[in-house]
Amino acid sequence: MSSLIPEWENNPVLNVEHLTMKFGGLTAIDNLSFVAGRGDITALIGPNGAGKTTVFNCLTGFYKPTEGMVTLTQRGGESFLLERLEEHRICYKAKVARTFQNIRLFSNMTVLENLLVAQHNKLMLASYFTIGGIFGLPHFREAEKRAIEKAAYWLDKIGIIDRADTAAGDLPYGDQRRLEIARAMCTGPELLCLDEPAAGLNPRESHDLNQLLLNIRDEENISILLIEHDMSVVMGISDHIVVLDYGVKISDGTPEFIRNDPNVIAAYLGVEEDELEQESGS
Amino acid sequence: MEYFLQQLINGVTLGSIYGLIAIGYTMVYGIIGMINFAHGDIFMVGTFISLIVFMGLVALGITSVPLALLIVLIISMIVTASYGWTVERLAYRPLRGSFRLAPLITAIGMSIVLQNYIQVTQGARNRPLQPVITGGFQFFEDSEFVVNLSNMQILIIVTTVVLMIAFSLLISKTPLGRSQRACEQDSKMASLLGINVDRTISLTFVMGAALASVAGFMYLLYYGVIDFYIGFVVGIKAFTAAVLGGIGSLPGAMLGGLLIGLIETFWSAYFTIEYKDVAAFYMLALVLIFLPSGLLGRSEVEKV
Repeated sequence: MSSLIPEWENNPVLNVEHLTMKFGGLTAIDNLSFVAGRGDITALIGPNGAGKTTVFNCLTGFYKPTEGMVTLTQRGGESFLLERLEEHRICYKAKVARTFQNIRLFSNMTVLENLLVAQHNKLMLASYFTIGGIFGLPHFREAEKRAIEKAAYWLDKIGIIDRADTAAGDLPYGDQRRLEIARAMCTGPELLCLDEPAAGLNPRESHDLNQLLLNIRDEENISILLIEHDMSVVMGISDHIVVLDYGVKISDGTPEFIRNDPNVIAAYLGVEEDELEQESGS
Repeated sequence: MEYFLQQLINGVTLGSIYGLIAIGYTMVYGIIGMINFAHGDIFMVGTFISLIVFMGLVALGITSVPLALLIVLIISMIVTASYGWTVERLAYRPLRGSFRLAPLITAIGMSIVLQNYIQVTQGARNRPLQPVITGGFQFFEDSEFVVNLSNMQILIIVTTVVLMIAFSLLISKTPLGRSQRACEQDSKMASLLGINVDRTISLTFVMGAALASVAGFMYLLYYGVIDFYIGFVVGIKAFTAAVLGGIGSLPGAMLGGLLIGLIETFWSAYFTIEYKDVAAFYMLALVLIFLPSGLLGRSEVEKV
Protein backbone atom coordinates (compact mmCIF):
# COMPACT_ATOMS: atom_id res chain seq x y z
CA MET A 1 0.00 0.00 0.00
CA SER A 2 2.59 2.50 1.04
CA SER A 3 4.92 1.48 -1.79
CA LEU A 4 2.35 2.54 -4.39
CA ILE A 5 2.33 6.13 -5.50
CA PRO A 6 -0.87 7.65 -4.19
CA GLU A 7 -3.42 8.85 -6.68
CA TRP A 8 -3.10 12.50 -5.74
CA GLU A 9 0.56 12.62 -6.71
CA ASN A 10 -0.37 12.02 -10.36
CA ASN A 11 -2.41 15.09 -11.00
CA PRO A 12 -1.89 17.63 -8.24
CA VAL A 13 -3.74 20.92 -8.14
CA LEU A 14 -1.65 22.20 -5.27
CA ASN A 15 1.90 21.26 -4.49
CA VAL A 16 3.38 22.52 -1.25
CA GLU A 17 7.12 21.97 -0.97
CA HIS A 18 9.28 22.57 2.08
CA LEU A 19 7.01 25.28 3.39
CA THR A 20 8.41 26.96 6.49
CA MET A 21 6.89 29.88 8.31
CA LYS A 22 8.67 31.51 11.21
CA PHE A 23 7.37 34.30 13.40
CA GLY A 24 10.44 35.59 15.16
CA GLY A 25 11.70 32.61 17.13
CA LEU A 26 8.51 30.61 16.73
CA THR A 27 8.38 28.12 13.90
CA ALA A 28 4.70 27.76 13.07
CA ILE A 29 5.26 25.47 10.11
CA ASP A 30 8.38 23.42 9.73
CA ASN A 31 9.40 22.06 6.34
CA LEU A 32 5.93 20.96 5.31
CA SER A 33 5.40 19.23 2.00
CA PHE A 34 2.15 17.82 0.75
CA VAL A 35 0.10 17.54 -2.39
CA ALA A 36 -3.58 18.11 -2.99
CA GLY A 37 -4.95 16.11 -5.89
CA ARG A 38 -7.20 17.58 -8.53
CA GLY A 39 -10.84 16.80 -7.89
CA ASP A 40 -10.10 15.59 -4.36
CA ILE A 41 -11.27 16.79 -1.02
CA THR A 42 -8.03 17.10 0.91
CA ALA A 43 -8.35 17.65 4.64
CA LEU A 44 -5.75 19.31 6.78
CA ILE A 45 -6.21 18.25 10.39
CA GLY A 46 -4.33 18.53 13.62
CA PRO A 47 -4.71 19.65 17.21
CA ASN A 48 -5.23 23.32 18.03
CA GLY A 49 -2.17 25.39 17.26
CA ALA A 50 -0.80 22.82 14.82
CA GLY A 51 -0.37 25.51 12.15
CA LYS A 52 -3.26 24.64 9.86
CA THR A 53 -4.57 28.17 9.46
CA THR A 54 -1.00 29.41 9.00
CA VAL A 55 -0.73 27.07 6.01
CA PHE A 56 -3.88 28.66 4.60
CA ASN A 57 -2.53 32.12 5.23
CA CYS A 58 0.62 31.23 3.31
CA LEU A 59 -1.44 29.86 0.43
CA THR A 60 -3.63 32.92 0.11
CA GLY A 61 -1.00 35.60 0.43
CA PHE A 62 -1.74 36.70 4.01
CA TYR A 63 1.77 35.71 4.99
CA LYS A 64 4.89 35.48 2.90
CA PRO A 65 6.42 32.12 3.79
CA THR A 66 9.91 32.17 5.23
CA GLU A 67 10.94 29.31 2.99
CA GLY A 68 9.36 26.98 0.52
CA MET A 69 7.37 26.88 -2.64
CA VAL A 70 3.64 26.60 -3.23
CA THR A 71 2.64 25.71 -6.77
CA LEU A 72 -0.88 25.77 -8.06
CA THR A 73 -1.50 24.03 -11.36
CA GLN A 74 -4.66 24.88 -13.22
CA ARG A 75 -6.66 22.54 -15.38
CA GLY A 76 -5.20 24.08 -18.50
CA GLY A 77 -1.71 23.26 -17.28
CA GLU A 78 -0.76 26.79 -16.35
CA SER A 79 0.94 26.98 -12.99
CA PHE A 80 1.44 29.76 -10.48
CA LEU A 81 3.82 30.20 -7.59
CA LEU A 82 1.41 31.39 -4.96
CA GLU A 83 4.02 32.74 -2.55
CA ARG A 84 5.10 35.24 -5.18
CA LEU A 85 1.71 36.55 -6.21
CA GLU A 86 0.00 39.63 -4.83
CA GLU A 87 -2.98 38.90 -2.65
CA HIS A 88 -5.73 39.82 -5.10
CA ARG A 89 -4.02 37.98 -7.95
CA ILE A 90 -4.10 34.74 -6.01
CA CYS A 91 -7.83 34.78 -6.40
CA TYR A 92 -8.04 36.53 -9.76
CA LYS A 93 -5.25 34.78 -11.69
CA ALA A 94 -4.34 31.61 -9.81
CA LYS A 95 -7.98 31.02 -8.86
CA VAL A 96 -7.72 30.08 -5.24
CA ALA A 97 -10.66 31.06 -3.05
CA ARG A 98 -10.88 30.77 0.70
CA THR A 99 -13.16 31.20 3.67
CA PHE A 100 -12.27 31.98 7.26
CA GLN A 101 -12.86 30.41 10.65
CA ASN A 102 -14.96 33.39 11.60
CA ILE A 103 -17.54 34.63 9.15
CA ARG A 104 -16.30 37.46 6.96
CA LEU A 105 -19.26 38.34 4.81
CA PHE A 106 -19.90 41.92 3.80
CA SER A 107 -22.69 42.07 6.33
CA ASN A 108 -24.17 45.42 5.28
CA MET A 109 -24.51 44.34 1.69
CA THR A 110 -27.27 42.09 0.43
CA VAL A 111 -26.78 38.39 -0.13
CA LEU A 112 -26.86 38.93 -3.88
CA GLU A 113 -24.35 41.78 -3.73
CA ASN A 114 -21.97 39.58 -1.76
CA LEU A 115 -22.01 37.12 -4.64
CA LEU A 116 -21.63 39.88 -7.24
CA VAL A 117 -18.60 41.33 -5.48
CA ALA A 118 -16.98 37.94 -5.94
CA GLN A 119 -17.43 38.34 -9.70
CA HIS A 120 -15.98 41.83 -9.62
CA ASN A 121 -13.17 41.42 -12.12
CA LYS A 122 -15.36 39.96 -14.81
CA LEU A 123 -17.93 42.72 -14.38
CA MET A 124 -15.30 45.42 -14.21
CA LEU A 125 -13.94 44.37 -17.61
CA ALA A 126 -17.41 44.07 -19.06
CA SER A 127 -18.31 47.57 -17.90
CA TYR A 128 -15.15 49.02 -19.43
CA PHE A 129 -13.97 49.98 -15.97
CA THR A 130 -17.29 51.34 -14.77
CA ILE A 131 -18.03 53.78 -17.58
CA GLY A 132 -20.37 51.28 -19.18
CA GLY A 133 -21.94 50.62 -15.80
CA ILE A 134 -23.05 54.20 -15.34
CA PHE A 135 -24.63 54.43 -18.77
CA GLY A 136 -26.01 50.91 -18.68
CA LEU A 137 -24.48 49.73 -21.95
CA PRO A 138 -26.03 46.53 -23.33
CA HIS A 139 -22.70 44.70 -23.17
CA PHE A 140 -22.48 45.39 -19.44
CA ARG A 141 -26.11 44.53 -18.80
CA GLU A 142 -25.59 41.20 -20.50
CA ALA A 143 -22.56 40.48 -18.30
CA GLU A 144 -24.40 41.54 -15.20
CA LYS A 145 -27.31 39.32 -16.10
CA ARG A 146 -24.97 36.37 -16.39
CA ALA A 147 -23.37 37.25 -13.06
CA ILE A 148 -26.78 37.39 -11.40
CA GLU A 149 -27.69 34.05 -12.94
CA LYS A 150 -24.54 32.52 -11.56
CA ALA A 151 -25.30 33.99 -8.14
CA ALA A 152 -28.86 32.66 -8.34
CA TYR A 153 -27.52 29.22 -9.24
CA TRP A 154 -25.45 29.13 -6.06
CA LEU A 155 -28.16 30.63 -3.90
CA ASP A 156 -30.46 27.93 -5.16
CA LYS A 157 -27.85 25.31 -4.36
CA ILE A 158 -27.46 26.47 -0.78
CA GLY A 159 -31.21 26.96 -0.49
CA ILE A 160 -31.49 30.66 0.29
CA ILE A 161 -32.61 31.98 -3.09
CA ASP A 162 -35.67 33.59 -1.50
CA ARG A 163 -33.43 35.70 0.75
CA ALA A 164 -31.29 37.19 -2.02
CA ASP A 165 -32.12 40.77 -1.05
CA THR A 166 -31.65 40.37 2.70
CA ALA A 167 -28.60 41.99 4.27
CA ALA A 168 -26.07 39.19 4.62
CA GLY A 169 -25.59 39.96 8.31
CA ASP A 170 -29.26 39.19 9.00
CA LEU A 171 -29.06 35.58 7.85
CA PRO A 172 -28.96 32.76 10.39
CA TYR A 173 -25.50 31.49 11.24
CA GLY A 174 -25.65 28.29 9.21
CA ASP A 175 -26.83 30.15 6.11
CA GLN A 176 -24.02 32.68 6.51
CA ARG A 177 -21.52 29.81 6.56
CA ARG A 178 -22.89 28.37 3.36
CA LEU A 179 -23.16 31.80 1.77
CA GLU A 180 -19.44 32.23 2.33
CA ILE A 181 -18.80 29.03 0.43
CA ALA A 182 -21.15 30.17 -2.33
CA ARG A 183 -19.32 33.48 -2.51
CA ALA A 184 -15.98 31.75 -2.76
CA MET A 185 -17.40 29.56 -5.53
CA CYS A 186 -18.63 32.60 -7.44
CA THR A 187 -15.04 33.68 -7.97
CA GLY A 188 -14.71 30.62 -10.22
CA PRO A 189 -11.89 28.91 -8.30
CA GLU A 190 -9.76 25.91 -9.18
CA LEU A 191 -9.07 25.29 -5.53
CA LEU A 192 -11.44 26.09 -2.70
CA CYS A 193 -9.82 26.47 0.72
CA LEU A 194 -12.27 26.14 3.61
CA ASP A 195 -11.17 26.96 7.13
CA GLU A 196 -13.41 25.04 9.53
CA PRO A 197 -16.64 25.34 7.56
CA ALA A 198 -18.50 23.12 10.03
CA ALA A 199 -17.57 25.13 13.13
CA GLY A 200 -20.66 25.93 15.14
CA LEU A 201 -23.05 24.01 12.93
CA ASN A 202 -25.61 21.61 14.35
CA PRO A 203 -25.55 17.98 13.13
CA ARG A 204 -28.21 18.60 10.55
CA GLU A 205 -26.44 21.65 9.10
CA SER A 206 -23.19 19.77 9.24
CA HIS A 207 -24.75 16.99 7.17
CA ASP A 208 -26.04 19.54 4.64
CA LEU A 209 -22.56 20.99 4.46
CA ASN A 210 -21.11 17.58 3.65
CA GLN A 211 -23.59 17.23 0.82
CA LEU A 212 -22.67 20.68 -0.47
CA LEU A 213 -18.96 19.92 -0.43
CA LEU A 214 -19.45 16.56 -2.15
CA ASN A 215 -21.61 18.31 -4.69
CA ILE A 216 -18.91 20.91 -5.34
CA ARG A 217 -16.37 18.15 -5.83
CA ASP A 218 -18.49 15.88 -8.00
CA GLU A 219 -20.62 18.24 -10.05
CA GLU A 220 -18.47 21.33 -10.26
CA ASN A 221 -15.20 19.40 -10.32
CA ILE A 222 -13.53 21.78 -7.93
CA SER A 223 -10.73 20.60 -5.68
CA ILE A 224 -11.21 21.39 -2.00
CA LEU A 225 -8.67 21.90 0.73
CA LEU A 226 -10.33 21.69 4.11
CA ILE A 227 -9.37 22.46 7.68
CA GLU A 228 -11.77 20.80 10.03
CA HIS A 229 -12.08 19.63 13.60
CA ASP A 230 -15.34 17.80 13.12
CA MET A 231 -14.18 14.24 12.50
CA SER A 232 -17.52 13.15 11.07
CA VAL A 233 -17.01 15.69 8.30
CA VAL A 234 -13.36 14.86 7.78
CA MET A 235 -13.67 11.09 7.77
CA GLY A 236 -16.96 11.17 5.89
CA ILE A 237 -15.99 13.13 2.83
CA SER A 238 -12.22 13.47 2.47
CA ASP A 239 -10.26 11.58 -0.12
CA HIS A 240 -6.94 12.43 1.41
CA ILE A 241 -5.91 13.65 4.84
CA VAL A 242 -2.78 15.47 5.94
CA VAL A 243 -2.14 15.56 9.69
CA LEU A 244 -0.10 18.34 11.28
CA ASP A 245 1.19 18.59 14.80
CA TYR A 246 3.26 21.53 16.00
CA GLY A 247 3.87 22.60 12.42
CA VAL A 248 5.26 19.23 11.35
CA LYS A 249 3.51 16.77 9.12
CA ILE A 250 3.05 13.54 11.02
CA SER A 251 0.90 11.61 8.62
CA ASP A 252 -0.46 11.74 5.10
CA GLY A 253 -2.84 9.31 3.43
CA THR A 254 -6.36 8.05 2.91
CA PRO A 255 -8.89 8.27 5.75
CA GLU A 256 -8.47 4.57 6.57
CA PHE A 257 -4.73 4.93 6.65
CA ILE A 258 -4.95 7.94 8.97
CA ARG A 259 -7.45 6.23 11.22
CA ASN A 260 -5.01 3.38 11.80
CA ASP A 261 -1.76 5.30 11.78
CA PRO A 262 -0.15 4.91 15.23
CA ASN A 263 1.50 8.35 14.88
CA VAL A 264 -1.83 10.04 14.51
CA ILE A 265 -3.45 8.01 17.22
CA ALA A 266 -0.64 8.85 19.58
CA ALA A 267 -0.54 12.53 18.77
CA TYR A 268 -4.15 13.30 18.24
CA LEU A 269 -7.02 10.95 17.62
CA GLY A 270 -5.77 8.10 19.75
CA VAL A 271 -5.62 9.95 23.01
CA GLU A 272 -9.30 10.65 22.90
CA GLU A 273 -10.19 7.17 21.73
CA ASP A 274 -8.08 5.53 24.40
CA GLU A 275 -9.71 7.58 27.06
CA LEU A 276 -13.11 6.70 25.71
CA GLU A 277 -12.24 3.01 25.62
CA GLN A 278 -10.94 3.14 29.15
CA GLU A 279 -14.06 4.88 30.31
CA SER A 280 -16.35 2.41 28.59
CA GLY A 281 -14.18 -0.51 29.78
CA SER A 282 -14.21 0.51 33.41
CA MET B 1 -40.53 86.36 3.69
CA GLU B 2 -38.84 87.50 0.48
CA TYR B 3 -35.63 88.01 2.39
CA PHE B 4 -35.90 84.51 3.82
CA LEU B 5 -36.46 83.05 0.37
CA GLN B 6 -33.42 84.83 -1.00
CA GLN B 7 -31.26 83.46 1.81
CA LEU B 8 -32.64 80.00 1.19
CA ILE B 9 -31.58 80.19 -2.45
CA ASN B 10 -28.13 81.45 -1.53
CA GLY B 11 -27.78 78.82 1.18
CA VAL B 12 -28.69 75.95 -1.09
CA THR B 13 -26.20 77.18 -3.69
CA LEU B 14 -23.39 77.36 -1.17
CA GLY B 15 -24.47 74.07 0.36
CA SER B 16 -24.26 72.37 -3.03
CA ILE B 17 -20.61 73.32 -3.34
CA TYR B 18 -19.86 72.13 0.19
CA GLY B 19 -21.75 68.92 -0.46
CA LEU B 20 -19.70 68.06 -3.53
CA ILE B 21 -16.46 68.54 -1.61
CA ALA B 22 -17.77 66.72 1.45
CA ILE B 23 -18.34 63.60 -0.66
CA GLY B 24 -14.60 63.39 -1.22
CA TYR B 25 -13.93 63.48 2.53
CA THR B 26 -16.58 61.01 3.41
CA MET B 27 -15.67 58.46 0.73
CA VAL B 28 -12.01 58.43 1.61
CA TYR B 29 -12.85 58.15 5.28
CA GLY B 30 -15.26 55.33 4.51
CA ILE B 31 -12.76 53.28 2.60
CA ILE B 32 -9.49 53.75 4.49
CA GLY B 33 -10.58 55.48 7.68
CA MET B 34 -8.39 58.54 7.27
CA ILE B 35 -9.24 62.22 6.94
CA ASN B 36 -7.71 63.48 3.74
CA PHE B 37 -6.84 67.00 4.84
CA ALA B 38 -5.35 67.75 1.43
CA HIS B 39 -8.81 67.45 -0.11
CA GLY B 40 -9.61 71.14 0.37
CA ASP B 41 -6.45 71.99 -1.49
CA ILE B 42 -7.33 69.58 -4.26
CA PHE B 43 -10.49 71.68 -4.56
CA MET B 44 -8.33 74.81 -4.71
CA VAL B 45 -6.15 73.25 -7.41
CA GLY B 46 -9.38 72.51 -9.26
CA THR B 47 -10.36 76.20 -9.21
CA PHE B 48 -6.98 77.22 -10.61
CA ILE B 49 -7.02 74.59 -13.33
CA SER B 50 -10.50 75.72 -14.32
CA LEU B 51 -9.32 79.31 -14.49
CA ILE B 52 -6.25 78.45 -16.56
CA VAL B 53 -8.21 76.30 -18.99
CA PHE B 54 -10.88 78.97 -19.25
CA MET B 55 -8.31 81.66 -20.03
CA GLY B 56 -6.76 79.35 -22.57
CA LEU B 57 -10.07 78.84 -24.32
CA VAL B 58 -10.71 82.57 -24.38
CA ALA B 59 -7.29 83.07 -25.90
CA LEU B 60 -8.08 80.44 -28.50
CA GLY B 61 -11.20 82.38 -29.35
CA ILE B 62 -13.82 79.92 -28.25
CA THR B 63 -16.65 82.22 -27.31
CA SER B 64 -19.63 79.89 -27.11
CA VAL B 65 -20.26 79.85 -23.37
CA PRO B 66 -21.88 76.39 -23.00
CA LEU B 67 -19.14 74.78 -25.09
CA ALA B 68 -16.39 76.54 -23.17
CA LEU B 69 -17.93 75.56 -19.84
CA LEU B 70 -18.16 71.94 -20.89
CA ILE B 71 -14.56 71.80 -22.07
CA VAL B 72 -13.32 73.49 -18.91
CA LEU B 73 -15.32 71.11 -16.77
CA ILE B 74 -13.98 68.00 -18.48
CA ILE B 75 -10.35 69.07 -18.59
CA SER B 76 -10.44 70.34 -15.04
CA MET B 77 -11.97 67.08 -13.81
CA ILE B 78 -9.31 65.01 -15.53
CA VAL B 79 -6.36 67.11 -14.41
CA THR B 80 -7.60 67.53 -10.83
CA ALA B 81 -8.35 63.82 -10.64
CA SER B 82 -4.76 63.11 -11.60
CA TYR B 83 -3.66 65.38 -8.76
CA GLY B 84 -5.84 63.36 -6.41
CA TRP B 85 -4.35 60.14 -7.72
CA THR B 86 -0.81 61.45 -7.36
CA VAL B 87 -1.35 62.61 -3.79
CA GLU B 88 -2.68 59.19 -2.85
CA ARG B 89 0.13 57.40 -4.61
CA LEU B 90 2.92 59.54 -3.17
CA ALA B 91 1.73 60.39 0.29
CA TYR B 92 -0.77 57.78 1.46
CA ARG B 93 -0.15 54.45 -0.20
CA PRO B 94 3.42 54.02 1.09
CA LEU B 95 2.10 54.60 4.60
CA ARG B 96 -0.79 52.20 4.42
CA GLY B 97 -0.54 49.74 7.26
CA SER B 98 1.61 52.13 9.22
CA PHE B 99 0.37 53.66 12.48
CA ARG B 100 -2.88 55.57 12.38
CA LEU B 101 -1.53 59.09 12.64
CA ALA B 102 1.04 58.75 9.87
CA PRO B 103 -1.30 59.34 6.91
CA LEU B 104 -2.93 62.20 8.81
CA ILE B 105 0.41 63.93 9.15
CA THR B 106 1.27 63.44 5.48
CA ALA B 107 -2.20 64.69 4.59
CA ILE B 108 -1.49 67.96 6.35
CA GLY B 109 1.91 67.97 4.68
CA MET B 110 0.37 67.49 1.24
CA SER B 111 -2.06 70.29 2.00
CA ILE B 112 0.84 72.67 2.69
CA VAL B 113 2.74 71.41 -0.36
CA LEU B 114 -0.20 72.04 -2.67
CA GLN B 115 -0.82 75.50 -1.24
CA ASN B 116 2.78 76.52 -1.66
CA TYR B 117 3.02 74.95 -5.06
CA ILE B 118 0.10 77.06 -6.29
CA GLN B 119 1.44 80.12 -4.49
CA VAL B 120 4.80 79.77 -6.20
CA THR B 121 3.51 78.92 -9.65
CA GLN B 122 0.43 81.15 -9.75
CA GLY B 123 1.36 83.97 -7.43
CA ALA B 124 -0.09 84.95 -4.11
CA ARG B 125 -2.47 87.58 -5.42
CA ASN B 126 -6.20 87.16 -5.95
CA ARG B 127 -7.17 85.85 -9.35
CA PRO B 128 -10.36 87.36 -10.72
CA LEU B 129 -12.63 86.05 -13.43
CA GLN B 130 -15.22 88.15 -15.23
CA PRO B 131 -18.77 86.90 -14.64
CA VAL B 132 -19.37 84.36 -17.38
CA ILE B 133 -22.95 83.43 -16.75
CA THR B 134 -25.19 86.40 -16.24
CA GLY B 135 -28.89 87.00 -16.02
CA GLY B 136 -31.50 85.18 -14.03
CA PHE B 137 -34.99 85.41 -12.69
CA GLN B 138 -36.56 87.99 -10.43
CA PHE B 139 -39.45 87.20 -8.15
CA PHE B 140 -41.71 89.48 -6.09
CA GLU B 141 -40.76 92.46 -8.20
CA ASP B 142 -43.55 94.55 -6.68
CA SER B 143 -42.40 94.15 -3.11
CA GLU B 144 -39.58 96.12 -1.55
CA PHE B 145 -37.18 93.16 -1.56
CA VAL B 146 -36.68 91.56 -4.95
CA VAL B 147 -35.67 87.90 -4.84
CA ASN B 148 -32.98 86.98 -7.32
CA LEU B 149 -32.40 83.53 -8.69
CA SER B 150 -29.46 83.86 -11.05
CA ASN B 151 -28.75 81.48 -13.89
CA MET B 152 -25.47 80.73 -12.18
CA GLN B 153 -27.27 79.52 -9.08
CA ILE B 154 -29.57 77.37 -11.17
CA LEU B 155 -26.57 75.89 -12.93
CA ILE B 156 -24.83 75.08 -9.66
CA ILE B 157 -27.85 73.47 -8.08
CA VAL B 158 -28.77 71.47 -11.18
CA THR B 159 -25.19 70.28 -11.74
CA THR B 160 -24.91 69.23 -8.13
CA VAL B 161 -28.17 67.33 -8.19
CA VAL B 162 -27.25 65.58 -11.44
CA LEU B 163 -23.79 64.68 -10.17
CA MET B 164 -25.10 63.39 -6.89
CA ILE B 165 -27.66 61.20 -8.60
CA ALA B 166 -25.02 59.87 -10.99
CA PHE B 167 -22.72 59.29 -8.08
CA SER B 168 -25.27 57.45 -5.99
CA LEU B 169 -25.97 55.21 -8.97
CA LEU B 170 -22.27 54.60 -9.41
CA ILE B 171 -21.92 53.52 -5.79
CA SER B 172 -25.03 51.39 -5.65
CA LYS B 173 -25.17 49.82 -9.11
CA THR B 174 -21.77 49.49 -10.70
CA PRO B 175 -19.09 46.90 -9.97
CA LEU B 176 -16.72 49.67 -8.92
CA GLY B 177 -19.21 50.99 -6.36
CA ARG B 178 -19.79 47.50 -5.04
CA SER B 179 -16.09 46.89 -4.69
CA GLN B 180 -15.72 50.20 -2.87
CA ARG B 181 -18.39 49.23 -0.41
CA ALA B 182 -16.77 45.83 -0.02
CA CYS B 183 -13.34 47.38 0.66
CA GLU B 184 -14.99 49.71 3.13
CA GLN B 185 -16.25 46.79 5.17
CA ASP B 186 -13.38 44.33 4.92
CA SER B 187 -10.55 45.14 2.58
CA LYS B 188 -8.65 41.93 3.33
CA MET B 189 -11.62 39.83 2.34
CA ALA B 190 -12.24 41.97 -0.74
CA SER B 191 -8.66 41.36 -1.76
CA LEU B 192 -9.11 37.61 -1.32
CA LEU B 193 -12.08 37.77 -3.67
CA GLY B 194 -9.80 39.15 -6.35
CA ILE B 195 -10.47 42.85 -5.92
CA ASN B 196 -7.44 45.05 -6.38
CA VAL B 197 -7.81 47.03 -3.17
CA ASP B 198 -5.05 49.53 -3.97
CA ARG B 199 -6.65 50.38 -7.26
CA THR B 200 -10.07 50.71 -5.68
CA ILE B 201 -8.65 53.14 -3.12
CA SER B 202 -6.91 55.12 -5.87
CA LEU B 203 -10.16 55.35 -7.79
CA THR B 204 -11.89 56.62 -4.67
CA PHE B 205 -9.39 59.45 -4.49
CA VAL B 206 -9.80 60.10 -8.20
CA MET B 207 -13.58 60.28 -7.88
CA GLY B 208 -13.40 62.57 -4.86
CA ALA B 209 -10.95 64.86 -6.65
CA ALA B 210 -13.12 64.98 -9.77
CA LEU B 211 -16.12 66.06 -7.71
CA ALA B 212 -13.98 68.62 -5.89
CA SER B 213 -12.88 70.02 -9.23
CA VAL B 214 -16.50 70.47 -10.29
CA ALA B 215 -17.11 72.25 -7.00
CA GLY B 216 -14.00 74.33 -7.66
CA PHE B 217 -15.15 75.29 -11.10
CA MET B 218 -18.54 76.36 -9.80
CA TYR B 219 -16.95 78.25 -6.93
CA LEU B 220 -14.82 80.11 -9.45
CA LEU B 221 -17.81 81.01 -11.60
CA TYR B 222 -19.96 81.96 -8.62
CA TYR B 223 -17.53 84.07 -6.62
CA GLY B 224 -15.29 85.16 -9.49
CA VAL B 225 -12.18 85.46 -7.36
CA ILE B 226 -9.80 82.82 -6.08
CA ASP B 227 -6.46 82.61 -4.35
CA PHE B 228 -4.13 79.87 -3.21
CA TYR B 229 -5.56 79.87 0.31
CA ILE B 230 -9.27 79.26 -0.35
CA GLY B 231 -8.86 75.50 -0.06
CA PHE B 232 -8.28 75.68 3.66
CA VAL B 233 -11.49 77.29 4.90
CA VAL B 234 -13.72 75.73 2.25
CA GLY B 235 -12.11 72.35 2.89
CA ILE B 236 -12.63 72.58 6.63
CA LYS B 237 -16.25 73.61 6.08
CA ALA B 238 -16.82 70.65 3.80
CA PHE B 239 -15.17 68.42 6.37
CA THR B 240 -17.55 69.82 8.98
CA ALA B 241 -20.37 69.02 6.59
CA ALA B 242 -19.17 65.45 6.24
CA VAL B 243 -18.99 65.04 10.02
CA LEU B 244 -22.38 66.69 10.51
CA GLY B 245 -24.00 64.31 8.03
CA GLY B 246 -22.16 61.33 9.47
CA ILE B 247 -18.71 60.67 8.10
CA GLY B 248 -18.62 57.64 5.86
CA SER B 249 -22.18 58.17 4.67
CA LEU B 250 -22.78 59.55 1.18
CA PRO B 251 -26.31 60.92 1.66
CA GLY B 252 -24.97 62.29 4.93
CA ALA B 253 -22.30 64.29 3.12
CA MET B 254 -24.89 65.78 0.78
CA LEU B 255 -27.26 66.62 3.62
CA GLY B 256 -24.43 67.94 5.79
CA GLY B 257 -23.18 70.17 2.97
CA LEU B 258 -26.63 71.59 2.48
CA LEU B 259 -27.08 72.23 6.20
CA ILE B 260 -23.71 73.92 6.62
CA GLY B 261 -24.46 76.12 3.61
CA LEU B 262 -27.84 77.08 5.05
CA ILE B 263 -26.55 77.68 8.57
CA GLU B 264 -23.78 79.89 7.29
CA THR B 265 -26.05 81.88 5.00
CA PHE B 266 -28.84 82.38 7.52
CA TRP B 267 -26.39 83.32 10.23
CA SER B 268 -24.84 85.96 7.98
CA ALA B 269 -28.29 87.22 7.01
CA TYR B 270 -29.90 87.48 10.42
CA PHE B 271 -26.96 87.85 12.79
CA THR B 272 -23.42 89.01 12.16
CA ILE B 273 -21.57 88.05 9.01
CA GLU B 274 -18.24 88.11 10.85
CA TYR B 275 -19.29 85.12 12.90
CA LYS B 276 -20.58 82.93 10.10
CA ASP B 277 -17.62 80.55 10.35
CA VAL B 278 -18.06 80.40 14.10
CA ALA B 279 -21.68 79.39 13.59
CA ALA B 280 -20.72 76.62 11.20
CA PHE B 281 -18.00 75.27 13.44
CA TYR B 282 -20.20 75.60 16.52
CA MET B 283 -22.55 73.20 14.78
CA LEU B 284 -19.65 70.82 14.46
CA ALA B 285 -18.97 71.06 18.18
CA LEU B 286 -22.63 70.46 19.01
CA VAL B 287 -22.85 67.49 16.67
CA LEU B 288 -19.70 65.94 18.07
CA ILE B 289 -21.04 66.31 21.62
CA PHE B 290 -24.61 65.14 21.16
CA LEU B 291 -24.56 63.01 18.01
CA PRO B 292 -21.01 61.79 17.48
CA SER B 293 -21.91 59.55 14.55
CA GLY B 294 -23.59 62.41 12.70
CA LEU B 295 -27.11 62.73 11.34
CA LEU B 296 -27.10 59.79 8.96
CA GLY B 297 -23.99 57.97 10.14
CA ARG B 298 -23.98 54.51 11.56
CA SER B 299 -22.76 54.32 15.08
CA GLU B 300 -19.60 52.31 15.25
CA VAL B 301 -20.10 49.02 17.04
CA GLU B 302 -16.89 47.74 18.56
CA LYS B 303 -16.15 44.28 17.32
CA VAL B 304 -15.48 41.90 20.16
